[in-house]
Amino acid sequence: MTNRYAGSGKSVLLDVKGLKKYFPIRRGLLQKTVGLVKAVDDVTFFVKRGETLSVVGESGCGKTTTARCILRAITPTAGQVLLSDNGEVLDVATVPKSRLRSLRRQMQMIFQDPFSSLNPRMTLLDIVGEPLLVHGVGNAQERTDRVMEMLRLVGLRPEYMRRYPHAFSGGQRQRIGIARALALNPRLVVADEPVSALDVSVQAQILNLLLELQERLGLTYLFVAHDLSVVKHISDRVAVMYVGRIVETAPAEELFASPKHPYTEALLSAVPKPDPRLRADRIILQGEVADPANTPSGCHFHPRCKYAQAICREKSPVLEEIAPNHSVSCHRATELSLRGVASSTA
Amino acid sequence: MQNDTRPLLSVRNLRTSFFQDEGITKAVDGASFDVSPGKTLGIVGESGCGKSVTAQSILRIVDRPGRIVEGEIVLTRADGSQVDLVKLEANGREMRSIRGGDIGLVFQEPMTSFSPVHTVGAQLIEAVLLHNAVSKKEARRRGVEALRSVGIPKPERRIDEYSFELSGGLRQRAMIAVALSCDPRLLIADEPTTALDVTTQAQILDLLRKLQRERGMAIMLITHNLGVVAEMADDVVVMYLGRVVEQGSVDDIFHDPKHPYTRALLQSIPSIDAVPRLKLATISGSIPHPFNRPTGCPFHPRCAASIAGRCDTEVPQLQAVGDGRKVSCFLYQ
Repeated sequence: MTNRYAGSGKSVLLDVKGLKKYFPIRRGLLQKTVGLVKAVDDVTFFVKRGETLSVVGESGCGKTTTARCILRAITPTAGQVLLSDNGEVLDVATVPKSRLRSLRRQMQMIFQDPFSSLNPRMTLLDIVGEPLLVHGVGNAQERTDRVMEMLRLVGLRPEYMRRYPHAFSGGQRQRIGIARALALNPRLVVADEPVSALDVSVQAQILNLLLELQERLGLTYLFVAHDLSVVKHISDRVAVMYVGRIVETAPAEELFASPKHPYTEALLSAVPKPDPRLRADRIILQGEVADPANTPSGCHFHPRCKYAQAICREKSPVLEEIAPNHSVSCHRATELSLRGVASSTA
Repeated sequence: MQNDTRPLLSVRNLRTSFFQDEGITKAVDGASFDVSPGKTLGIVGESGCGKSVTAQSILRIVDRPGRIVEGEIVLTRADGSQVDLVKLEANGREMRSIRGGDIGLVFQEPMTSFSPVHTVGAQLIEAVLLHNAVSKKEARRRGVEALRSVGIPKPERRIDEYSFELSGGLRQRAMIAVALSCDPRLLIADEPTTALDVTTQAQILDLLRKLQRERGMAIMLITHNLGVVAEMADDVVVMYLGRVVEQGSVDDIFHDPKHPYTRALLQSIPSIDAVPRLKLATISGSIPHPFNRPTGCPFHPRCAASIAGRCDTEVPQLQAVGDGRKVSCFLYQ
């Protein structure tokens, strides 16, 4: 297995800088804002052309909000989302609405639930052809040809294009969702938990398909997921989020083998391994994920961190690069030696 | 339980079907397995394999139009007497004392399994009062104790809160507290951690292990997550389309899987300690629709080792292959 990331000379496709999304908490008759839910709080990362960046974290950490801000499904409170478009760099976060449609052609999404993300009253031809229609691509015949090509690409038979989604299984529906996302030849594909609703035996088919399509079409993926085994399987680089912030980002293999943030360590340790001989001592985190409306002082993770010191309660750590491509936001990142999971070659 | 080697629960040839206008769905189609006292039995399978309906059948809470068509579910009670749950009246006195008394249940969805209009305490105290002749005050005291034993902080205060005021992890703990309030000898946990995050999942699995050690109860853990099974179970039953395809000790199942389905399932999961971006082995096709059950072995259309003329016509029976292991596959017969 060659390290795909070794060829890191590739150019940056998506550059997210200081992204923030605060939701107001309104109370009372006059709906006065009494607080803010800091769902995404100063998130910075980049995605290079042709690579897969996974954003992982537990529910409520802001990973989906981050993805939605990048697509401008919601407008960020602050920060930049820079997308390279034929040499031109556009800020998705602030670009006027009139330009948004052409920009969205570059960014497509694969959804989590293949049962609710396909309209039951539309045929496959309508579903996969809709993005083409919306963006005024080709005439009816060309669009039909394109739909057939896309269905073939994702491993479905083009003859099925007049059928409705109910005739297909979960895995096949997810293939339809992928065909729809790829119909416009997007530069960036945002996949929000694309396999978490699927059965184990079908999950592998979809993961293989995503990897294969990436190789063939040179796609760039932003993958949002909570299943670390899946993330390790598909990613070149991984960003770990905790309560609205990125706590660590590194090439996948490095992050899993030698995590530098205590939260990453605990997260890796918590994943049950499918081997009864590896019932190791797990790190059981105490307490619960902090409330993004009422975040702890200093480092958000300090109340649950077994390595916490006085400074962690007082000062918020910043994301710093401690090795090439490996950034950590922890005061003690360089002094701690944390446990990862080894890659067995078996 | 002095030198009692009898299984705590013995399921034999269980068949549960749903009779609908469109046809009959054989959700459980001849499942047999034993649960040993104090041990954890993992029941693994994908959606539609009948693992949840098996649990519902044991508790006799199968929703209409489903019903148990055939089979035995023999429970050994605390006094040593044996009772076949299939023969009991589903809502009769004895079944009601077993459900929640001898057998506790933890559901998957901690969000929906509590009533939103009653406090957690009211639901907990109700369970205690139902199975024990105690005063309300005593029941409340036991309720607080139960919440404390599952690691809920400030149980005296939490008992008067509503389920929506608790986080997912605390709600699942409260659910376990309700299930354990009457000291069951068997806890059926149906996907107890599926709706939870990994770090919370680790907390809940740890809690279940601790409670099992303290109380010596048996756990029947139903899940699709092979990692959770590897971590928790002593013995494993693998189900596919309502049938048990393989059973054995956890080490055998994970290190020497016999049935082609078990083997394929283990190979198809991405593991956290595997090398990234390798092509995963896949199982071709998908799980058939229940109205469209294959003839013969239910797995044969997706099986790489299928024997033409045999697997597609005859149904393999679960047969012993070596020490405590059973496989239902013609490759071993």
